[in-house]
Amino acid sequence: MSAYARLVHAEWTKFRTVRGWVIGMLVAAAVIVGFGLFPGMEGTCRGANVCGLPVGPEGQEVTDVFTFVHRPLTGDGTITARVASMTGARPDLTDSGTGDVAGVVPWAKAGLIVKDGTRPGSAYAAVMLTGAHGVRLQHNYVHDLAGSTTSAATPRWLRLTRAGDRVTALESADGVSWTGIGTVRLTGLPATAEVGLFVTSPQFTKVINASSASGAPSKATAGFDQITTTGGWPAGTWTVATGGDPDAVGGPGAPGGPGDPDVGNRGPAGGSRPNGAEETGGGFTVTGSGDIAPAVAGAAGLGTSISQTLVGTFAGLVLVVVIGAMMMTGEYRRGLIRTSLTAAPRRMTALAAKATVLGGVAFGIGLAAAAVVIMFGPDILRGNGIYVHHVSLATEVRVVAGTGALLAVAAVLALAFGVLLRRGTVAVTVAIVATVLPYLLSMTVLPIAAGEWLLRLTPAAAFAVQQSTPRYAQVDGLYTPSNGFFPLTPSEGFGVLLAWAVAGLAFAAYRFRRRDV
Amino acid sequence: MSTALAVVAPSLRTRRTGLRYLHAEWTKLRTAPETVWLVVGIVVATVAVSVLVAANMPCDTAVCGGDPTKTGLTGVQLGQALVAILAVFAVGGEYGTGMIHGTLAAMPRRAGVLAAKALVVTCVVAPAAAVAVTASALLGRHFLPGAAGLPAVLRATGGTVLYLLLIGLLAIGVTAIVRNAAAAVGVVLALLFLFPILAAAAPDPHWERHLLQIGPMTAGLAVQATTGLDKLPIGPWAGLGVTAAWAFGALLVGAVLLELRDA
Repeated sequence: MSAYARLVHAEWTKFRTVRGWVIGMLVAAAVIVGFGLFPGMEGTCRGANVCGLPVGPEGQEVTDVFTFVHRPLTGDGTITARVASMTGARPDLTDSGTGDVAGVVPWAKAGLIVKDGTRPGSAYAAVMLTGAHGVRLQHNYVHDLAGSTTSAATPRWLRLTRAGDRVTALESADGVSWTGIGTVRLTGLPATAEVGLFVTSPQFTKVINASSASGAPSKATAGFDQITTTGGWPAGTWTVATGGDPDAVGGPGAPGGPGDPDVGNRGPAGGSRPNGAEETGGGFTVTGSGDIAPAVAGAAGLGTSISQTLVGTFAGLVLVVVIGAMMMTGEYRRGLIRTSLTAAPRRMTALAAKATVLGGVAFGIGLAAAAVVIMFGPDILRGNGIYVHHVSLATEVRVVAGTGALLAVAAVLALAFGVLLRRGTVAVTVAIVATVLPYLLSMTVLPIAAGEWLLRLTPAAAFAVQQSTPRYAQVDGLYTPSNGFFPLTPSEGFGVLLAWAVAGLAFAAYRFRRRDV
Repeated sequence: MSTALAVVAPSLRTRRTGLRYLHAEWTKLRTAPETVWLVVGIVVATVAVSVLVAANMPCDTAVCGGDPTKTGLTGVQLGQALVAILAVFAVGGEYGTGMIHGTLAAMPRRAGVLAAKALVVTCVVAPAAAVAVTASALLGRHFLPGAAGLPAVLRATGGTVLYLLLIGLLAIGVTAIVRNAAAAVGVVLALLFLFPILAAAAPDPHWERHLLQIGPMTAGLAVQATTGLDKLPIGPWAGLGVTAAWAFGALLVGAVLLELRDA
């Protein structure tokens, strides 16, 4: 048996015979499972109120609520219109405010759309003028292409051409010289599509800090004129379809699970104009509320994500970190380190063996606990009436394995602190403060930008492995850690923790080799 | 050790037991090498984090960062960890070295030992906490204008100093229960940090509110709020009362276990 294998066996024997450590690891697994399957949370999606989000052509859960002035177009054809004006109303969310204030929210949309029928979640391509993001060409909910940076106050000509399964968008300032934005392909678009004008305006969210935000539906009104069509348009009149009423699921006011109590849904912005459209001398004035976009989990969005079921990881992490630090400092406390190093004079091998046993055990309990939580937690939440976003199996596997790896590497980091500091109290405090406190501060008191920097630089970055739903640039959401969103990707975030652990262990090894015990 | 005690004991016989216990604990804490560094650390960590947060808080409205006074005292969240270490050392250090046997032989009234330790730690933490909180509050006013009126600010700062003292007592009680310094500091930090994290992740507002009401840190730091008091999960003084209940509860359980168990 090699020296390393012999030492791993020796460390394993030490580990499994310390009753407190074995109990601690089992309790760590139990708290992760316990919080994940915690039955006390209640939502509104139960009984007659069935929550469900339409699913887009690419598999994501989407919001598909807007006011649509449309006609069927058979075969190829073109629609051109000018967005002559765009105004909006959003709730006044200042402390003193009660009514509505005028203003177009940044992702309010007014433009032209080609859609595979009016079924929510169907394929589409749309060119639009937005409140603060210029002209965009979007399709199938998740794809977003920027055009010019025209402001909502400036009239803009838009043109959408369907040729087979390709849709091309152009824009113009004067209706004479046109600039192309792009061409997208809508696979499987039937011969007859619904084509026309649309207006929508998403939930307005005012972020106070990472833990509190308030939001309410907003509304946009756009004046369209100079509407011309060419191609296969049968004779007929325009039909007006108004997206679901604001309280419907998928509508802007839908309670996404009970959500954060700080997110007050104050009801839709009233305004003078109801959602709908009226014909005005060769054009239309269209008012809409909602969004055509991927649905985002979290306090400002809809429902919750599977990441929320793993909140017990923090409790488990504290336990694992304490055990990791004590595995080393315990040897110093009783002077056992002298015996250990007499029996195993090659200190690097001894340290590696300790890290292997500790990391292996922590990974195992993290993996097992997270697997149980991800298997049963989301179903329990759904049973309690909370909407949980679906994720792919690959994402579930990454979240589960990532949770195990997070505990393992954090424990090894604590072990390194234990070697360096030799005092259990200090090593435990440093390890907990480095991994848990940054997350806590970024979630509670810090402004979002400062909090994101903490979650990029500190070992707490590794909680990114638990992010299960993506963030979208074209949706204003509350992308904060407490809603399951992190500034780094899972692999980057885990890489930050790994870098800390490798650096800590290397420094610990250097010190451990140089000094007298 | 017993000969040393035999020499020392007669000179103490004339003093009252309580003072003798206090003097012994004070000598131990004063001469421990880490105490002075921890006291300095409490001040530096609290002020540094407070200033960093206050200086980086965006001020787009007249009242900066929601509650300027509370924001200016953010560093307490790190400073309390150092208070906990100091308190844990005062008890746990003796279990680590086995000195607890000598201590209890010299001072057989065990609850008295714990009380003396609690009092001595409080006396050491109090000036550090007062300096740290006052400096944070003054610097916070510089970066974040628009603070509330003086009574509210005094309540917030004074309450925060009391909060730090209570965290020290909580740590002493927990260490007496756990009897292992590393495990004790893990328990204390878990009690402090887990409640707000669990509350933020709870999808149910009622659970969130209850978690914030019972957590020793979330309830106790309600004393820092100077605006929106009606929206707090728990009132400022009631919240500090929750922290006090945790602290004295832990001390009581620790004292009982200390009396009942073999050290």
